[in-house]
Amino acid sequence: MLRRRVIPCLDVSNGRVVKGTRFIDLTDEGDPPELAERYAREGADELVFLDISAAPEGRGTLLDIVERTARRAFVPLTVGGGVRSVDEMREVLRAGADKVSLNTRAVAEPRLVTACAARFGSQAVVVAIDARRVAAPNEGIPSGFEVVVKGGREATGMDAIAWAQRAVALGAGELLVTSIDRDGTKSGYDTALLHEITSRVGVPVIASGGAAGPDDFVAAIRDGGADAVLAASIFHRREYSIEEVKAVMAAAGLPVRRLAAVSAAPGAEATA
Amino acid sequence: MTAGSDCPVVIVVDYGAGNLVSIGQALTTAGAVVRFATTGAEITAADLLIVPGVGAAAPAMDRLRAGGFVEPIQAWVAEDRPFLGICLGLQLLFEGSDEDGAETLGILSGRTVRLEDAPTLPHIGWNQVVRRRPHPAFEGIDPDADFYFVHSYVVRPAREGVVEAVLAETEHGSRFVSAVARGRLLGVQFHPERSGTDGLRLVANVVALAADASRARSAA
Repeated sequence: MLRRRVIPCLDVSNGRVVKGTRFIDLTDEGDPPELAERYAREGADELVFLDISAAPEGRGTLLDIVERTARRAFVPLTVGGGVRSVDEMREVLRAGADKVSLNTRAVAEPRLVTACAARFGSQAVVVAIDARRVAAPNEGIPSGFEVVVKGGREATGMDAIAWAQRAVALGAGELLVTSIDRDGTKSGYDTALLHEITSRVGVPVIASGGAAGPDDFVAAIRDGGADAVLAASIFHRREYSIEEVKAVMAAAGLPVRRLAAVSAAPGAEATA
Repeated sequence: MTAGSDCPVVIVVDYGAGNLVSIGQALTTAGAVVRFATTGAEITAADLLIVPGVGAAAPAMDRLRAGGFVEPIQAWVAEDRPFLGICLGLQLLFEGSDEDGAETLGILSGRTVRLEDAPTLPHIGWNQVVRRRPHPAFEGIDPDADFYFVHSYVVRPAREGVVEAVLAETEHGSRFVSAVARGRLLGVQFHPERSGTDGLRLVANVVALAADASRARSAA
């Protein structure tokens, strides 16, 4: 049976892992490859890097971080932020990423999703959707959830549920759905938003934004229909370990991958 | 082992896009020397040949043909030299793909078909690999170990001559073949290079088996 994934997210700015409420109050949380390796060892099912600086001059730094991470952490790696073309996606994959996440760029240029999926396969293309509740549903935003871009700073007037369905039709193999209202607030995932999307698309959906504890992960899956749950600060600040979160998920009857022998060193086995 | 070298030599076919860092690093961790082949002519003396890959069959076959890889790969397997196909590298071993109608390598009888009745597609994440028979590639790996998958299509071996090659199965909506083995050929639908400690163990086992095969050959 397919396991529900627990995914630590590493927001990277200028080569360091940072965390704040989206661009605000950023605090330094550590070296990306070092943190990534620690999470992989502790049972992370996958890792997500979001390059929130995404400045052109930062690209080399990001590729270097991706490669150093891929050499140390033998779990899948998704990279988002700053990919603007098929060629740039190719660079990120060749550096060691398994998937690339498109957000603002996908909204601006939807055909990029299709071009990347045609070249690398849908399974490598994640569309990240940042959504915000509007005061009242209107003609343009019937679901009441609006797509926002540029890290939540810019409204688009697009309906988030309709965009999710369109992104899948364009070729996205997975959706990373972040509630901007909940992000950094520790008030739980927006399960209504998740449910609206997961009940309408067939691709896996990763829940993001608002995790305060293991019960939130359970709710995102059980009530929101998410296949995977992503969180940052609760792991970075060691409020909960990945194993603790998974133990609660397992107790709630959710299928999760448990580490049989955390201490087993790959190097030692390789010589067996 | 290959003459003049203390470490097993592994050739990884580099036919375009995709992440080769992980498989390269997994092999290095297993003590192998890794060579990436960008043309078929570079498939020469080695202990193990690996065809990795994700994505669609037709563009992959186009790149394999353009690189002159098709015949060297077919010849390698025909000689029963150690071979590992990963994900698309497993699917390409069969005759054709329903994904885009591509004609593939035709080394094993059967086709690549869409995974039926899947609750979500692509099938992305960790899942069980239920072994149908023992195989040394899985030695030391817990029967309940999970491996990482990312794909929408699966192989469907032909009944005649190939069904007995099925080594393991996995379930996602329906049951599908997640590993095949015949002689020194091994193909896996999951990504051992992305499957943590258990995946590294499988890679190390495959490298060790290849080195043993080379030793046996040179002793003969």
